[in-house]
Amino acid sequence: MPPSPTAIGKAYPPISYAVGREKIREYASAVGETNPLYFDVEAARTAGHDDVVAPPMFAVVYSARAVAPGLFDPEVGIDFARMLHAGQEFVWGPLVVAGDEVTTTASVKDISERGGMSFFVFETVSLNQRQETVSTGTWTQIVRGG
Amino acid sequence: MSLQPGQTIELRVTPDPFVTYRYAGASGDFNPIHIDEEFARNVGLPGRILHGLWTMAQVARAHTEASGGPEKLRRLSVQFRGVGRLGEEIAVTGRVTEVRDGTAVVQSEAEQGGQRIIRHGVAELEI
Repeated sequence: MPPSPTAIGKAYPPISYAVGREKIREYASAVGETNPLYFDVEAARTAGHDDVVAPPMFAVVYSARAVAPGLFDPEVGIDFARMLHAGQEFVWGPLVVAGDEVTTTASVKDISERGGMSFFVFETVSLNQRQETVSTGTWTQIVRGG
Repeated sequence: MSLQPGQTIELRVTPDPFVTYRYAGASGDFNPIHIDEEFARNVGLPGRILHGLWTMAQVARAHTEASGGPEKLRRLSVQFRGVGRLGEEIAVTGRVTEVRDGTAVVQSEAEQGGQRIIRHGVAELEI
């Protein structure tokens, strides 16, 4: 059965995330980063930042929770057992640093079918406490045989 | 550093057997295919597999290390294919395909054991 496109454009409640210094360090360590900007407050301040800097892909940490309601939304209709994370894009704005408050809103960008597979595309827009867009994420999930 | 068309970037990393536990904690993604060996085998995988977004973070790191820092990476888009395995080296390779208006476009992929687990990487770097 082809996926229903009725949920395209649907938005989910914003999720707020308080960016912590140790969380940035934990994330940076887990992905093998060594740049002192991510670990050392003095190095970050010397480089002109207010606190340690989040690596760009830390966007996953503050924005992924906003996507979850869409993945589970019956109106979207994803069959979890056959879902694959097929593609990801981030476009970044100003750097995120420890102490920032990031608010992310997710929406259904597209639902389509081709080659016997269903494509579910979500978009996240993340703003900091100054209402600057720190990242925009595009999350593409494929459901095989859907 | 200045990036010129044709210039290549490379990063090699071997994910240790416990990296999926650390990444699960750091990212909040506790999908059992990454942290439960028995569960992973029961759903037909060779064992626990890497998080795709961990591997994407390696692609991102290849770009930020080559371009001089996190503020240089303006965009990164990737496609995930197959599964990333623990304990086996991953090679991230990229090439500058275009430079215009202060932006370098880099096309990249990540390969492990002859399999391209990230394909069609496209990044924009500020130069």
